[in-house]
Amino acid sequence: MAGFKIEKTLGVGVFLLVWEITARSKLLFHLGIIQMEKLAFPPTLSSVGEAFYLDLLNGTMVLSIGYSMIHLLIGLTGAVLLGIPLGILIGWSKRAECIIDPVVQILRPIPPLAWIPIAIIMLGLTHQAAGSIIFIGAFFPIVVNSYSGVRGTDLRLVEVAKTFGAKDMQILTRVVLPYATPMVTAGIRISLGVGWMCVVAAEMFGVSKYGLGWMVPYYSSIFMYNYVFAYMLTLGLIGYMMDTLFRRFESWKLRWRETI
Amino acid sequence: MSLIVREGEFLCLVGPSGCGKTTLLRLVAGLIKPTSGEIFLDGRKIEGPDRDRGFVFQEYALFPWLTVKKNIEFGLEISSIERTKREAIAQKYIDLVELRGFEDRFPKELSGGMKQRVGIARAFANDPKLLLMDEPFGSLDAQTRNLMQGELLRIWEKEHKTVLFVTHSVDEAVYLADRVVVLSARPAKVKEVVKVGLARPRVRTSPEANRIRDMILKSLGAEIERAMK
Repeated sequence: MAGFKIEKTLGVGVFLLVWEITARSKLLFHLGIIQMEKLAFPPTLSSVGEAFYLDLLNGTMVLSIGYSMIHLLIGLTGAVLLGIPLGILIGWSKRAECIIDPVVQILRPIPPLAWIPIAIIMLGLTHQAAGSIIFIGAFFPIVVNSYSGVRGTDLRLVEVAKTFGAKDMQILTRVVLPYATPMVTAGIRISLGVGWMCVVAAEMFGVSKYGLGWMVPYYSSIFMYNYVFAYMLTLGLIGYMMDTLFRRFESWKLRWRETI
Repeated sequence: MSLIVREGEFLCLVGPSGCGKTTLLRLVAGLIKPTSGEIFLDGRKIEGPDRDRGFVFQEYALFPWLTVKKNIEFGLEISSIERTKREAIAQKYIDLVELRGFEDRFPKELSGGMKQRVGIARAFANDPKLLLMDEPFGSLDAQTRNLMQGELLRIWEKEHKTVLFVTHSVDEAVYLADRVVVLSARPAKVKEVVKVGLARPRVRTSPEANRIRDMILKSLGAEIERAMK
């Protein structure tokens, strides 16, 4: 959306203004929503900025980001390496679909977070355990999308390949896979988003005692809401940046596509 | 139905809509199996699609993720022809269809006529024994169509491949073909085979061309009416 600069700044500006007024006037306390007078909720914008700055300086912020990224990487890599081949397999082979798909469909609706107790039992409170929750979350979108990508192959292109003498394996690698790439990439992008949300949730439950998701309940337990908000903001920003970067990569990779 | 195609000849198939021209072509390509009867190429029965029968589709069917050059190289890659040779062959056909400079463009950047040129180059580059063309110029406007007909003949005359060309347009058939096969209404039979003995390049409106065209149109017209009933 180009233009509309006034409207954009106005919207955000009003929001921030209302926030600051609510914070400084202790409005929520006076309204009876918050019981303790000394409680700094919502924290003023300046205190959030201060928290952000301080934790950045002492390295906690960077460390937390690092750990969250590691958890994400573990889970996402596993999901991609396992999910894409599996999705392609059940898309390509009817027999494989009938054997594997029912199991997938049963497991898929289980929320990733429900797996936390199992992850803790099997892997302890480790980075791998956190990664495994992300894996569960990221796995299914990738499988489903890879499957759809393969099933949706334009049969005409398969025929073209056949008239050039292509046999099954060649048709798979030279027609079906390239054709499915947009769908697979979309699946990875979805998994990126879901995976990031799982990162926070997994860390909140203390699966691993580090990371951005751990910081939120920690600071909340000692009533330092300015830090809570600072970390929430960071979570949002990082998630946004990753998605944007991935979309750029996607646009470049799929530049051959004719789009609406 | 029974038909014999001679090596090196340009054969056009015309017939009323729905008579099965495309089906016939796809049978020869091996994309569908006949319910009865057999088709032979050089004495060997056709069992399925293979590279000795190239196909050019009406809707171009280019691989959208490949550049012009890569599309043309497709058949050569399937046949595991090594890279330098592949690129040389592809470049030869790119020049032949006059698409030099567009080697690295994607299909989405090309006009209809250009896409079809890629489709033709792609099929020719693979050096099939038989070239099957299913109304390849049907999606083009009249001017481009006429141009492309000339271009196709130009390429064809260099190598004289055997071509089976399906079309709705009698004009096109008379301009291109050595022989024109008129198919009857469904179920299609060979109604008539007309020899077009004119030297190329042909004058579309010459008296002989007109005479042949009228003859075919009359024959075809009767079939179209029968198909309507």
